[in-house]
Amino acid sequence: MILLLSSLIWIPIIAALVLALMPGSWVNAIKGIGLFVSAAMFVVSLGLVTGWREGFAGMQFPEELDWIPQWGIRYGLGVDGISLWLVLLTTLLTPVVFLASWNTIHKHPKAYVIAFLIMEAGTVGVFAATDLFLFYVFFELTLLPMYVIIGVWGGKNRIYAAVKFFLFTIAGSLLMLLGIIYLVFQHYHETQLISFTITDLYGTAANLSSYTQALLFFAFALAFAIKVPLFPLHTWLPDAHVEAPTGGSIILAGVMLKMGTYGFLRFVLPFFPEATAKYAGVLIALSVIGIIYGALVAWVQPDMKKLVAYSSVSHLGFCVLGIFALNQTSIEGSILQMVNHGLSTGALFLLVGVVYERRHTRLLADYGGLAETMPVYAVCFVIAMLSSVGLPGLNGFVGEFLILSGSFQTHPTAAILSATGVILAAIYLLWLIQRVFYGPITNEENRNVPEIAWNEIGALVPLFVFIVWIGVHPNTFLSRMSPSVQQLLSQVQHEREHKVLQARVGQPPALSGQAGELAIHGGAR
Amino acid sequence: MLTKLWLIPLLPFIGFVLNGLFGKRLGKAFVTGVALVSTFGAAVVGTMAAFQYHAQYPEGERYVQTVFNWFTSGSIHADVAFQLDPLSIVMLMVVTWIGALIHLYSVGYMAHEDGYWRYFAYLNLFLSEMLVLILGANYLVMFVGWEGVGLCSYLLIGFYYKTDYAPAAGKKAFVVNRIGDFGFLIAVFLMFAYLGTADFGLVSHRAAAGVDAWLLTAICLLLFLGACGKSAQIPLYVWLPDAMAGPTPVSALIHAATMVTAGVYMIARSNALYRLAPDAMMVVAIVGSVTALFAATIGIRQWDIKKVLAYSTVSQLGFMFIGVGVGAFTAGVFHLVTHAFFKACLFLGSGSVIHAMSGEQDIRKMGGLRSKIPITYWTFLIATIAIAGFPPFAGFFSKDEILGSALSSPYLPAGVRYLVWGLGSVAALCTAYYMFRLVFLTFFGDFRGTHEQEHHLHESPATMTIPLIVLATLSTIGGFALAWHHTLAKWLEPIYPKIEGRESEFAIANEVPLMIVATIIAAIGTWLAYVRFYKRGLAADESFAQSSPAIARGMENKWYVDELYEAIIVRPLEKISLFFWKFIDAIIDGLAAMLGYIVQGFGDLMRFFQTGNVRNYALMLFLGVIVFMWVIS
Repeated sequence: MILLLSSLIWIPIIAALVLALMPGSWVNAIKGIGLFVSAAMFVVSLGLVTGWREGFAGMQFPEELDWIPQWGIRYGLGVDGISLWLVLLTTLLTPVVFLASWNTIHKHPKAYVIAFLIMEAGTVGVFAATDLFLFYVFFELTLLPMYVIIGVWGGKNRIYAAVKFFLFTIAGSLLMLLGIIYLVFQHYHETQLISFTITDLYGTAANLSSYTQALLFFAFALAFAIKVPLFPLHTWLPDAHVEAPTGGSIILAGVMLKMGTYGFLRFVLPFFPEATAKYAGVLIALSVIGIIYGALVAWVQPDMKKLVAYSSVSHLGFCVLGIFALNQTSIEGSILQMVNHGLSTGALFLLVGVVYERRHTRLLADYGGLAETMPVYAVCFVIAMLSSVGLPGLNGFVGEFLILSGSFQTHPTAAILSATGVILAAIYLLWLIQRVFYGPITNEENRNVPEIAWNEIGALVPLFVFIVWIGVHPNTFLSRMSPSVQQLLSQVQHEREHKVLQARVGQPPALSGQAGELAIHGGAR
Repeated sequence: MLTKLWLIPLLPFIGFVLNGLFGKRLGKAFVTGVALVSTFGAAVVGTMAAFQYHAQYPEGERYVQTVFNWFTSGSIHADVAFQLDPLSIVMLMVVTWIGALIHLYSVGYMAHEDGYWRYFAYLNLFLSEMLVLILGANYLVMFVGWEGVGLCSYLLIGFYYKTDYAPAAGKKAFVVNRIGDFGFLIAVFLMFAYLGTADFGLVSHRAAAGVDAWLLTAICLLLFLGACGKSAQIPLYVWLPDAMAGPTPVSALIHAATMVTAGVYMIARSNALYRLAPDAMMVVAIVGSVTALFAATIGIRQWDIKKVLAYSTVSQLGFMFIGVGVGAFTAGVFHLVTHAFFKACLFLGSGSVIHAMSGEQDIRKMGGLRSKIPITYWTFLIATIAIAGFPPFAGFFSKDEILGSALSSPYLPAGVRYLVWGLGSVAALCTAYYMFRLVFLTFFGDFRGTHEQEHHLHESPATMTIPLIVLATLSTIGGFALAWHHTLAKWLEPIYPKIEGRESEFAIANEVPLMIVATIIAAIGTWLAYVRFYKRGLAADESFAQSSPAIARGMENKWYVDELYEAIIVRPLEKISLFFWKFIDAIIDGLAAMLGYIVQGFGDLMRFFQTGNVRNYALMLFLGVIVFMWVIS
């Protein structure tokens, strides 16, 4: 299967187009097609794992096509150890969304299915693009369906939340666009070649003044930091989650936030190794603050969904910490934690949605004693909770352990402070469990809540399977990401050393820069 | 069986899965069968493995079995590996056999409870995790069990989930334990960063080969923080008394005999590190002795039969930490074992009392039960004599060895030795006092409960009395048997790597006079309890409240430690969190909005393009990019 990645992108789009032509009244057929196509995409994406070349660091399943040759823009796709599992997470969560929301979407079901299919295509595109322009197109493309999902199927303040979401993210990405253009222009200036291919642009920034590098670094970093979201840019997230429908929250938390952390790994680190080394401390500090801040704020939320949303701020802080600790273990842990967060927070949002559909409230104070009325639901919730608090044997522990023990080797203070997040996670999630499920039933409305339905259980099962799998045998995942992470790190290291060497020899920077550029190109290709 | 060590924790785990998935539908007989077969199975397999081990490794070498590589990433390499050595065999025997006995007891005790299947599923899971904890061959596998038993503790404390207090107590236990686990985790980070491994053998070896003293002190103190959480020592002991909200057999198994002793086991396991870090040992010994006395004073003035035993457990765990803290690791483990016998017996006995009293736990409403439930009475009395430390019962030998070692320890300065011994001896006096107070108030005097309760008084069924009798027997002879010819000391000798100048065994000076002193101390405590409570019953408590009201109220209210933590930690943290949410988040939003207005002002020129339609913005964006490209090419 040479066109594996393309089919993951285009088949959902084609399906969306076909659905667009169908009459909206064929509700079940539309839902069925959505579920079938997305499930099929998951099966297809498994081909990435079975066809994986172990031990190979570079892009696999590459696809190359000239798109706009005069500007050096190509349709280039490929996955490496950094993006593989994020692509699979996307293809896993999309059918989960369709299954979980089978009975809950009554408004414009056709548009709903179309929006999520386009979302899937765009997300896979983001993780698989090897061309910067293509990446940017997909990056922005995903904004639209999510904007629509929040704005159409959201709660009371959906318009406010949708616009806030859109403006925050687009503000960041516009800056990044300037950065991209500057970088491409600089590369053109040096080589007389115009190219958007990511690997071509590696090393370009090395010849810029450190001031310009810093500006570019922050232009990119800001875009991704908003997406993650990193403290203090996180305030759009709780609003977006609270207003988004369940499916929207699952995709938003599950994969969309990962575009930020992925962006750091794919672009910020290799494009700006020097600035990364210089400013890693800033990002680490913000991550640590975010971990503790998010957890503390989660603890005092009266709304379940907001609680989970703030917990995402905390958990994503771990991912960014791992990335900027610049260490093999911490980065692998970080990638694993991106997947973990998608699974456990996806499950938590799904579960909050289950009870919201039945009771139309998310306030903790309205619940209590649900373990008696909905025992199976309670068990599912406890499992998702345990995954999220990092119980050893489940996925969260491995991710957090690798991030923290890796970070500890380079930034011990940050790791120790962040480890308090593990205590805090237990505080806010156990509080939620206690408030919702235990104690006597004080509110009569909780006495006859229908038990979790089969389609909802069906949506949870695949998540739980991976939660246990990653917890017990994470090597399946780690071994496939390891070579790519190693290459990324050596690249960052190499360029920094190169620069140091240059400074020592004292050659005129412009000249030696050109030479170094070529050498690096040879290495990167 | 030796080659299938993983089978030992797996058996109860299978029991957990079966009972958890099918127990509700298949009924009590099925649940009972699965639970008992899996736990007794684990006990039998464990015993067979122990015998095979002893036959193959008579010198007590470490037998390690790697099941699979858990994860490898960068410099971190973690195996799922189990091990057998003399120390894990001691723990294995205690955990599996007492665990099996308590499973048997539970069959009778929980017979009329809702959620019978749920109870046994959790209990089996607990046993499985506990076995992972004690069989793990490295700190990470140990941590898996460590957190796993914490989870089961949480689930079982909150077993009566329809109440308000039980789930709250469960949550408290989990959170407080997490604080300890934080220390444990950082210690493991330190090991990986500086020693490159978390394997027990390699860590000891590399530590002994010579590393910086600060590193070992840090690792030991952090591990001890973990131990403080799990084994309920100051400042993290507060969860254990609340944990009594769980069913009584759970209190016996998890919160007395096995899980709470994990911290002691862990320190004994890490003895090479501790011996090289005498500063950390001093902290352990002092915290242990202060906890021993502090908890004992609270135990003196509690009326809930289980609360008395809970504070007693905290206090006795303090004794064990004195043992490992002064370098007498064998003595610490010895007390762990004898305590498992008599405290399990006491808790199960209290369960039998509660059972007989139709659920009543307040000793002010008991009295005179001696003749109504004789087996319970006699076993309870024997265990009380054992914990009070009278020869030749079990507690005497182990406690005596701990206090004697405290005076002779080569690791501590003289002042600290006397302090630890002094605190421990006063705690021992209190132990005899509060335990006999409990016995006199519960089993002697006149019955103070309702008529209905009196009418229902009955001895428990055989499933409950058999474990009592077995444990009472062990409380009687267990200490003597293990002390005889230094059986336990010789058995455990191989677990102490030889480190020059840091011996694991040292002679106890003045052993015989100390034994006599210890016996006299126990006798004084007993005599005081006799004078006050045998003769005057509850009136003694009242007169104490009148003569020294401040002290009485302090003891009654557990010296207000919970209130203190609430005031200086929980509430400030809550205020800060609210401040972050309501204030900081609002400021950030305000700034973002302001930025928006500025941009908007600037953008007035471009009003033409501002249609307010996001899709148009996106379109403009792409057009802009394309125009830009065109310009630069």
